[in-house]
Amino acid sequence: MDQDVQIKITDRDGNLHEIAAPVDMALNLMEVVRLYELAPEGTIGICGGMAMCASCQCYVLTEHPLREMQDDEEAMLSEAFNVKPNSRLGCQIQITPKMEGLEIELAPED
Amino acid sequence: MIQTDILIIGAGPTGLFTVFEAGLLKMKCHLIDALPQAGGQCSEIYPKKPIYDIPAYPEILAGDLTEKLLEQCKQFEPGFTLGERAETIKKQADGSFVVTTNKGTQHQAPVVAIAGGLGSFEPRKPQLDNLALYEDKGIAYMIKDPEVYRNKKVVISGGGDSALDWSIFLSEVASGVTLIHRRNEFRGALDSVDKVQELKNAGKINLITPAEVTAVLGEHQLEAIEVTKSGEVPVRIETESFIPLFGLSPKLGPIADWGLEIEKNAIKVNNSLDYQTNIPGIFAIGDVNTYPGKLKLILCGFHEATLMCQAAYKIINPGKRYVLKYTTVSGIDGFDGSRKEAPKAVVKSIN
Repeated sequence: MDQDVQIKITDRDGNLHEIAAPVDMALNLMEVVRLYELAPEGTIGICGGMAMCASCQCYVLTEHPLREMQDDEEAMLSEAFNVKPNSRLGCQIQITPKMEGLEIELAPED
Repeated sequence: MIQTDILIIGAGPTGLFTVFEAGLLKMKCHLIDALPQAGGQCSEIYPKKPIYDIPAYPEILAGDLTEKLLEQCKQFEPGFTLGERAETIKKQADGSFVVTTNKGTQHQAPVVAIAGGLGSFEPRKPQLDNLALYEDKGIAYMIKDPEVYRNKKVVISGGGDSALDWSIFLSEVASGVTLIHRRNEFRGALDSVDKVQELKNAGKINLITPAEVTAVLGEHQLEAIEVTKSGEVPVRIETESFIPLFGLSPKLGPIADWGLEIEKNAIKVNNSLDYQTNIPGIFAIGDVNTYPGKLKLILCGFHEATLMCQAAYKIINPGKRYVLKYTTVSGIDGFDGSRKEAPKAVVKSIN
């Protein structure tokens, strides 16, 4: 039986949310943020999750082994603003059981 | 003043299909869009991405969908105000609305259909000091008329398709093109990347990577930019124009101040009837609206557009009866005088 993983997400206003992310719905981090409405509709996942905008940029605060960055994500981040070494696009990170305890912070809206 | 029956704000798939459905009911449409071309997100963000949930198309590229929608509505002669953002709306004494754009273009119609998607696409601007000082004085975030750059020096920054495509195009027009990008790799169609490589080798594009524009300089208008390669000292480049192309991001923008009920960055509508907003005569269709159970899908926008046109018909033709006609039976009479209809079957005896 698949279980939810507990994830900590700091929203753009600095509020910390501890949420349970289901691992059996093929969700990515951007979709989890939308699922829990942690960022206003229309300010996150604008391109729908194709790594074609940077509206779901987040900073990964823990050392969890995440899916390696693909070319399109890297290229998008190279054009984004407020990029840090730990920046990732939420839409490119699938929720898996290994993510228990993951902590992320949403990057500011451009 | 541009006058029409239905004024559509947003020329994405939902707006374009509205033109067709309105045309069947003999209503004329005019579309306003902040982008310089029709298609909305489909042509701006993902023209080369396949869509799999358009009925009857197992797979269609977003850019091709736009083309087909334009072709489908062509005979109803839609008007376009492109590259301008709908800014204000004023109700007139006769019940019609006047919508004015940021460039001052005025439009009047008895019905307004907001098909604005996620809002108007605004260019993402690099975070540089004094950037606003040179806007329209050498700095532009969108190219509407490439002729403006004829025989001028141009600096483009960005690493996507538009940066590549405009560098290629302007290399034939401008007196010099410099392309600056934060990395050595570009994301774009392979042939555009190859073409830029070719133009660089031929000395027609001055490519500076990995580098960033770190300052914009000039007395009254842009005279130079400063470009910095990582770990090196900034270099000054004289230029009359700087075009940062970092993509666009949508903002609901001025529509949010039109007195419409807004919920979750979308416009609330009556979904049990005709997608009218809280202001009679103003409708919201497609991704821009919200109601219980709303799904932001192109196919839902098509349905909403079709029902909205019925309500618009009643406003524009008060008291007039309407009966649904099938295009298979009645054909299509374009406003351009064209007629499309099923070929007549032959009635002939066989001996």
